[in-house]
Amino acid sequence: MAQRGIREYTAKRLIAENIGTYSDHRIELPSKQILIREGENIGDYAKKPGYEWLKESKLAIKPDQLFGKRGKSNLLLLDATLDEADMFIQEMMGRKVVVGDTEGILKDFLVEPYVLHDVEYYLAIRTERERDVIHFSTEGGVEIEENWDRVLSIEIPVIGGLDEVNVLEKLPEFKDREIVAAFIEPLYKLFCDLGFAFLEINPFTVKDGAVIPIDAVAKLDDTAAFEVGSKWDSVEFPAPFGRILSKEEELITSLDDKSGASLKLTILNPEGRIWTMVAGGGASVIYADTVSDLGFGSELANYGEYSGNPTTDETYVYAKTILDLMTRKKDPQGRKKYLLIGGGIANFTDVAKTFTGIVQALTEYKERLQDTNVEIYVRRGGPNYKEGLKIMKELGKSLGVPIEVFGPETHMTKIVKLALEA
Amino acid sequence: MADYELFTEDTKSIIYGLQTNAIQRMLDFDYVCRREIPSVAAVVNPGRRGLHKAFFGTREILIPIYPNLKEAASNHPDADVLINFASFRSAYPTTMEALDIETIRTITIIAEGVPERRAREIIAKAKLKGKMIIGPATVGGIKAGAFKIGNTAGTIENIIESKLYRPGSVGFVSKSGGMSNEMYNIIARNTDGLYEGIAIGGDRFPGSTLIDHVLRFEQNPAVKIIAVLGEVGGMDEYQIVDALNEGKITKPLVIWVTGTCSKVLPGEVQFGHAGAMAGSDLETADAKNEILREAGAIVPTSFDDYGEKLNEVYEKLKLEGTIKERDEVRPPNVPIDFKTAVSEGMVRKSTNFICTISDDRGEEATYGHVPISEFVEGGKGIGDVISMLWFKKELPSFATRFIEMVLMTVADHGPAVSGAHNTIVAARAGKDLVSSLVSGVLTIGPRFGGAINDAAKYFKDAHDRGLSPEAFVREMKQKDINIPGIGHRIKSVQNPDKRVETLIRYARETFSSTEYLDYALKVEVITTAKKNNLILNVDGCIGILFLDLMKSSGVFTDEEIQEVIDLGYLNGLFVLGRSIGLIGHALDQYRLKERLYRHPQDDILYLAREGW
Repeated sequence: MAQRGIREYTAKRLIAENIGTYSDHRIELPSKQILIREGENIGDYAKKPGYEWLKESKLAIKPDQLFGKRGKSNLLLLDATLDEADMFIQEMMGRKVVVGDTEGILKDFLVEPYVLHDVEYYLAIRTERERDVIHFSTEGGVEIEENWDRVLSIEIPVIGGLDEVNVLEKLPEFKDREIVAAFIEPLYKLFCDLGFAFLEINPFTVKDGAVIPIDAVAKLDDTAAFEVGSKWDSVEFPAPFGRILSKEEELITSLDDKSGASLKLTILNPEGRIWTMVAGGGASVIYADTVSDLGFGSELANYGEYSGNPTTDETYVYAKTILDLMTRKKDPQGRKKYLLIGGGIANFTDVAKTFTGIVQALTEYKERLQDTNVEIYVRRGGPNYKEGLKIMKELGKSLGVPIEVFGPETHMTKIVKLALEA
Repeated sequence: MADYELFTEDTKSIIYGLQTNAIQRMLDFDYVCRREIPSVAAVVNPGRRGLHKAFFGTREILIPIYPNLKEAASNHPDADVLINFASFRSAYPTTMEALDIETIRTITIIAEGVPERRAREIIAKAKLKGKMIIGPATVGGIKAGAFKIGNTAGTIENIIESKLYRPGSVGFVSKSGGMSNEMYNIIARNTDGLYEGIAIGGDRFPGSTLIDHVLRFEQNPAVKIIAVLGEVGGMDEYQIVDALNEGKITKPLVIWVTGTCSKVLPGEVQFGHAGAMAGSDLETADAKNEILREAGAIVPTSFDDYGEKLNEVYEKLKLEGTIKERDEVRPPNVPIDFKTAVSEGMVRKSTNFICTISDDRGEEATYGHVPISEFVEGGKGIGDVISMLWFKKELPSFATRFIEMVLMTVADHGPAVSGAHNTIVAARAGKDLVSSLVSGVLTIGPRFGGAINDAAKYFKDAHDRGLSPEAFVREMKQKDINIPGIGHRIKSVQNPDKRVETLIRYARETFSSTEYLDYALKVEVITTAKKNNLILNVDGCIGILFLDLMKSSGVFTDEEIQEVIDLGYLNGLFVLGRSIGLIGHALDQYRLKERLYRHPQDDILYLAREGW
């Protein structure tokens, strides 16, 4: 539940579909764009009515997967014919590319008419605590960051909005001043009403008196869905580029989606020797922090958390997934592995109950835990914690794997030190 | 109350939403703090008015429930805190309404998922009105020994363990509510305890920020140490840096920014909170910790040392005389809730009721052990339901079908019989459906409709004692009892009852044994020899065939069959079936708009004046 990136395609679609409503239909943007996904073919679109523009105009094609700098990475095709576009997409689809530090697979392409233009303007809208800020520059384009000192900022108060500010008056003298001002005002209203958290149109151009967005980046506040979801018309929030989920991460994600509780798992280093199974979002970060602060960041195998009162069955599956990953191989140098079953003092989660699922999984993995030389450290507090800790201590006797158990009298992250210094 | 204080030990609040657990937890906290007056003045439960009963220690108190906030506030002008449990959908309108109410000074928004723009509108309005917002997306906060917001600080055991029933010297603020119990515990173990703790909530735009509360703590002479837990993402901690650099914070400030692990995580891992994702280098936990340290904050090397740092500061202040040691007070014992005691196996209590036929606990109610939906989806009939609820058995289909035939047969017998007549008279007197139905049902008894069970009883008794049909008839005559189930007003040997014939044919085709029927028919031969209309009537036929049914099904023991008769099960069949007809008669009269019935005088023989 937060600000989430949307595709350039979606951002442009939302603007094109709604700008008319917010400008009393003085501005209409044609929605000439398509998103080609894996397994789709641009040729198929070209045959359908309404897509004649694919054949009639030259095309611009780019991957649309929440990353920028596509020109610099040579992932753009401009001024292309339909055949060239088709060939480009077929060639790039499924290809592994590196953008910045992230490696990912290309699978979604935006196709739109190529617009030959001479001016490039910059426009962005940002939200701050007490105001929205509209940034504008007559010198848009890829170099905007270098030219930031020439970017104009217009502040709009949260209460009062555009009634308090005259955009036209704030804009400098330039050729398309009136047209741009007449575009910004409805766009700002649309931004507010459609739950945008961030919008950058860089660049846009003005041609024959009409504004044409060329590139766009946007984030929506997904908590606004209950108010404006109907205007979004089934917006899709793609996963960030490059995160290819492992089978185990996918399993936990699907568990999380179905559950009222929260279950998260990110595998950092499957060869790592420190595995965590921590209750609570806040506490899980702090455990990972402490491992990293003590200089063992490279040994940290996973990040994750379970919270919000998961059922015994859910904690069982969660624990089993981690235990399975952890006990697949021995450490090549024969060193010990550590499992940190941690957590702060719960508000109302029954500790004994959540431990039941974990105990079930631990019992099932008894031999493999012994074989891979695992030591377990437990720390937890909250309702019924004494019973929970007792269950864990008793398990220690039968499991044949060392288990150290602590309650709220011991500092929350003490077990990290205990494990790592052992 | 000074501006820097939000709560005192006299603070009263209005709770939006009937959050019975949260209310009880607040009252329990009040009790361990030895507050004289409960901190919950009123509850707003949209559209409902009434009283909520809750414990204050061992005694029970009533808290008024109002259908809207305006009314609650105007009746309780001394309640200056609103704890808003409204959902993410209605958190915005309810908070905006509360901001317009003069007497409300502080609002806590619990809901997670309030749209950012709505939160920012709330922030702007609160600023205009000079009010404090805590949240959204928070558990709230607590002022030790004085006031607790909703569910903050968990169970009463934890509150006592962390000594939250009396004030200490540490003012604490964090984003995360989930870590607050842990922090109160750390503070209690390393200092003289918490003075006040606030969780501002995990959203990008919280109603009040870390610095707002840090500055309140700075102004408050009772706070000696300021403790903060920050987090990766956002720039909020830099306001603390600025305040430190500008000399606005003079008290020792212990702070740790969590999320230092982000450097070992792959990009774009979203932590739990909406605000927690590092966009620029300045938003990383490492950068924040470093810059805070440079600005003069006390920053441990990792969360692990947080307690030690607090303790060092505390010991130093004690040495300096800034903090004076106080005598510990013992909080009163809060009685354990019965429910909790049960779940922990501490108490037991004998039950007042037993039920063996159905169960409404769990996912779906059951008849016996079978979920209701299975009856509906499994193509079963009302006969199966009756088997389960009356006889607690899954009877074979020939038997359940017979039960249904019985119900159909007895459903109605025209308007003239006494039950229907009474229902009709009641309906015409303007009585409602239930009253009209029961005036008919209450007529059922030994002379009307009660023959089914009695027939089964007498025939079974005679048959089982090995009495010959002749001996049975003779015995009944000697006792001067009309044999139940024998005799009909109109029907006779020459004019047999169609319904009886149908039931008998069905039994002969499907029952494995009809020994009671055979016995009854032999009795009928004797009685009809005496008088033409002394035939086995429909009531008798049903009662007797039910005996055969139970024998044939193979699932009743002899004792069970006797119990069915002794407890009057079979009259239940008549009551149930006939209710269908009685309801029909009542509805019929309503539909016809029939007026009050008055019996004609010429149909009554008046003898009062004749001296009888």
